Parts: sequence; structure tokens; C-alpha cells
Amino acid sequence: MSFLNRDVVSIKDFSRPDIDKILDTATKISKSGYDKSLLKGKRVGLLFYEPSTRTRMSFDTAAQAIGADTIWFAGVEGTSVMKGETLKDTIETVANYVDTIVMRHPYDGSARWAAEVTSRRVQRGEKKVPIINGGDGKNEHPTQTMLDLYSILATQKRLDGLNIALVGDLKYGRTVHSLSYALSMYGCRLFFVAPEMLQIPHHITSFLEKRGISYTKHTKIEEAIEAADIVYITRIQKERFPDENEYNKVKGLYKVDRSLLKRAKPTMRLMHPLPRVDEISVDTDDDIRAYYFQQAGNGVPVRAALLGLIMGAIA
Amino acid sequence: MTEYTTAMGKKGLIVSPIENGTVIDHLPPGTAVKIATMLGLMDGAVVIIGQNLRSTKYGKKDLIKVEDRFIGEVECNKIALLAPNATVNIVRGSAIAEKRNVEVPELVEEVALCGNANCITNREKVPTRLHLLSRSPLVMACYYCGHETKGEELRLK
Repeated sequence: MSFLNRDVVSIKDFSRPDIDKILDTATKISKSGYDKSLLKGKRVGLLFYEPSTRTRMSFDTAAQAIGADTIWFAGVEGTSVMKGETLKDTIETVANYVDTIVMRHPYDGSARWAAEVTSRRVQRGEKKVPIINGGDGKNEHPTQTMLDLYSILATQKRLDGLNIALVGDLKYGRTVHSLSYALSMYGCRLFFVAPEMLQIPHHITSFLEKRGISYTKHTKIEEAIEAADIVYITRIQKERFPDENEYNKVKGLYKVDRSLLKRAKPTMRLMHPLPRVDEISVDTDDDIRAYYFQQAGNGVPVRAALLGLIMGAIA
Repeated sequence: MTEYTTAMGKKGLIVSPIENGTVIDHLPPGTAVKIATMLGLMDGAVVIIGQNLRSTKYGKKDLIKVEDRFIGEVECNKIALLAPNATVNIVRGSAIAEKRNVEVPELVEEVALCGNANCITNREKVPTRLHLLSRSPLVMACYYCGHETKGEELRLK
């Protein structure tokens, strides 16, 4: 499927050849360097209704690295949103100023709606402004999954048939849901490590079963650490728990430190979507297997590749 | 014409017959008013609503009779969202002229709400759009946020 003017709303909208193309483009950019002429004269709008460090800054860096200008807001203070402007009206307005919109918004489904709003502009004879979802509520964050896949590929030199351990909040964590979905396209073997109350939801495991993907559920990280090519650990999010006592029962349950890392393969890489709280001990940061900061850095080539493809600068 | 047994055990036509119009029968108890409202029947039409009537098949049921309104296929499909076992009889000249089945459509727009309170469709003025995932048990998925809403949790707009 062509990338030109394509919306990036959900990882589920992308086939394996699509994802391979993005990863391949990102790898080439990473090797050959950033070409400032690619998006010369183009402008990217970054609409961040919610806080973000990595997503906003890496999109901004990526866009500028390949020659685009950026305009943005981070937080709704000082915007018309404070006066009650709807998402539709903001998108209709900003679409006049930019060639692509990257958006993070607190409501689930907001990215799909924004994409519909800009598609309707095309019916009115105006240009299509693609929407890139930078996180819509607790729903989707497709470019995070793309950079996660890129990170796995960069460290393991392949994606097919790897042993991937997903650890922590597997129930509410949108990154592990999207990543599980994407890894199923590459026949990876998945280890879900979580306390019973935060285990991977049934709709994900039933999807994996339909695809013939092997997976096991565990409560102890020790049961997966030795076999894993990748350990992907996530923060247990306090805000998801209605009862603080329930949170206290599971907080700090998983902690990767130097002694645990010793049991892992030398080629294993430890990933985390960040921010971390106490899931990864600071003393592991200098271990060769600690990859979470490089992972965050990989957001730049992956997002540059995506912008280049959908804005027609890269075929 | 169907006879009903009242709670007192007395047989009789506790809901009067109609000459021309539609009889929507076998509705789950407590859904008749919602369905009549959804179909726009509460805006001046002659409507008879029966609630918690005895049903040999389902134990209890609701029923709607509306005069001079003839419910079409699209409306039948909307009824199916709340009452998958409903039957719709078109009455002309006091006789049943047509029986219609109800079936949940593949796509339901602007009728039912997504069950996710944080969905954009529940937070801003955005049209609702639900796709059918499963008929039995009924499960609908939101086009925008992907949230899956079970039949018993469906709320109408």
C-alpha cells in the first residue's frame, strides 16, 4: 500500500511489508545520515494536548533533520482548546498551516476522528493533511511500536522467531498490546510476565492463538530471563488502580538489576518505553544489555522515515 | 390476535388490537420505552406500550403497538440491538400483512453509544459508528477507539 498521505492511526493498519519498508527506510537513514533537502519547504504541526518528552522531541528532531519546519503546542494552555474549541475545529484550522499533523490527545479514538476530519477536507477540494497518532488516550501509539521493532531488529539483526519477554503491566499497557500484535507477524515466541491481576488480556491471547503464535504466562521474571532475546519491561501505572492498596500489592514486584542481568544471554537486550520508575535499577544503565536509552533515540530515524514516506519525499 | 394472561391469571386482550400499523413483540422486559423513543414513535403517534407481559417463550416480555406507522428494515435492524429476538408484524386492515425479522446490521451509525467513557465519541460531538463483531453473543466494536461493547452494555444515543 502506498505511503503517500497515509494516516498513521493504528499499528493494525500496517501489514508486514509496510512495517518492513518503514524499518528498512529508517535503517538506511541511520546509516547514510539525514538529508535536509528531503522535506525542504514542508511544515509539520505537532499538537500535543498531553505531556510528552520523547515522542514530541523526537518527532520535532526527525522533522527538522530532514528539512521540515515545525510548529507546535505542548499542553493546551494558551490555545483555543481552553476556550472550548473542539478537536475537529482545531484540526480544520491547523490543517491550513501544515502538511502533516502529529497529535497526542487524551481521548481514545481521537486520532481516527482527526484523520476523518482531514479526509473530509479532500472531498471539499483541499489537500489531504495526514494525521500521525502520537498516542490517543490509552488506545494506540503506533510509532512507539515501530521504534520498538526497529530497536529489536537493530540489536538482534532479525525479527523472525525471537524469544520476547514482556514484563509488568500487561493488562493496561498499550505499548505491549500493540507490540504483541506486531510481533505476531514475525512469528516471535512471547513470554508474558505479570501478576495475575495485570496479565495480558484475553483478546490479545485469542488473537495470538488464531495466528498460531506460541506464548506462555509467568508470574516470575526468572522463568523467562534465560531464554529471552529481548526483555521488554513496562511501568506499573499507579493511575490505573482505583484502590491504592491494590497498587501497593504489585508495585515494585519486578525489578531488573545487575544480578538478574547476569542470568541473561550476553546478546539479550533490555528495553523499556520509558519513563521508568523503579523497574530497572540505575546500576544496570551501563550494562551492555541495557538498551532503553538507545531505544528512545531510535525514535528519530524511525519517525524521519515515516515522515519522509508519507510526505512523498521517499519512495 | 394474541391473548395475554395477566398477573391475576385472567386471560384477555390486555393490549387492544390495531387496524393499521406495526406490532413489535417479544422485546426484553424494560426495553419498550427505549425502543419506542429510538424509533421516534413518542412524538405524537398513537402508541400502546405493554411492559412485563407474560410470555410462554421468554417468561416476561415488552410489546409496542403503533398506529399508522410501518416499521422498515433499517428500523428493524436498530431494534435488534436491544431486542435480538423481537418480531415485527405489519398490520393492515386488522390482519397481519407482513412479518419482518430483526437482524443487527454490520455497521450501526448514530444509534448506539460506544461503551468506553473516554472515547472521543462520548467526549465531543462526534458521530458514533459501531461495527458488528459477533451476533451471538452480541459484541460491537467502536470504529474510532476499537472498544468492544457487549450487547447488554449497549446504550442508545
